[in-house]
Amino acid sequence: MILKKFLPLILSAIALACAMNIASAKDAAPLADDPVTEQRLIAISEEMRCLVCQNESLAGSRSDLANDLRREIRVLIVEGKTDEQIRNFMVERYGDFVLYRPPVKPITWLLWIGPFVILLAGIIGLMIYLRRRNQSVPSTTLSAEDNRRIDALLQDAKSSSTENAHD
Amino acid sequence: MKAKFLIPLLLFVILVGFLAVGLNRDPHEVPSPLIGKQAPAFELPQLADPQKTFSPESMKGKPWILNVWASWCVACREEHPVLVELGKLKVAPIIGLDYKDKRDDAMAMLTRQGNPYDLSAFDANGRVGIDYGVYGVPETYVIDKAGVIRFKHIGPITMDLLNKKIIPLLGELK
Repeated sequence: MILKKFLPLILSAIALACAMNIASAKDAAPLADDPVTEQRLIAISEEMRCLVCQNESLAGSRSDLANDLRREIRVLIVEGKTDEQIRNFMVERYGDFVLYRPPVKPITWLLWIGPFVILLAGIIGLMIYLRRRNQSVPSTTLSAEDNRRIDALLQDAKSSSTENAHD
Repeated sequence: MKAKFLIPLLLFVILVGFLAVGLNRDPHEVPSPLIGKQAPAFELPQLADPQKTFSPESMKGKPWILNVWASWCVACREEHPVLVELGKLKVAPIIGLDYKDKRDDAMAMLTRQGNPYDLSAFDANGRVGIDYGVYGVPETYVIDKAGVIRFKHIGPITMDLLNKKIIPLLGELK
């Protein structure tokens, strides 16, 4: 009885499993079936640009070349190459452009340091500007004559406002 | 005093200049790290005769052109007449690298459009292409006497490029 109740559920679970199997079978046949290699492949290829569709990573691209390169990286992993060696393999062939994180070297100094240089220039510019503006504000100490005039003006204003209130 | 007001304008002009240069660049033309380096060695069966092999080693002593092509590649068909012209000039041997192709399709294309190649090597799985950093067929390399890659062009070569760059370069390398 219980079986009858759960039969549709079991069947649909089997169907789902089959569907998933088909879906994964359609992907590039992994040369290395062990998950450790695949894990490393994904870690490495996510850090690399697919040359054909340049805004996609090598891990995500479905282009032919990306397939070939993933196959090549699998072979290198199975051969026991380190991540560094695999990265070098790619850079030797396609240049630093394949790396999403460009290495720090003279030609990329401007790229890495440029934003900080511009930020620093902005801060220095702002400081100079503020200092200059402070100097250009006239001195705020009032002479005795100024105080006398202010008092007179305030007195004036007070008396005129009381007059107005009476109206 | 007046000069101060020109500063934003000047900055704007600089920005526009950068954008103009950036937008007119083809992002697909990635400078190859292989220029100035030894052409990667390989040994592949020839397209016309699978019994024979080709290796770049055998080209030492003269400058030559390596052209990566395939019958499935539309841009290669567009480029082909230019290569046929270049072949007629006999300035340098042209070696084809038939990239991830089917032998019959490739042979059919050469019969149909003419064969500018001294010979073509048959790179069925594209492994040699990877060593040469191929990512968009057609690609053309000029390799000197010592086997060093001196020039690489990605995409179809044109008559203009041939006359302005490739033929003068080959003259220099002789």
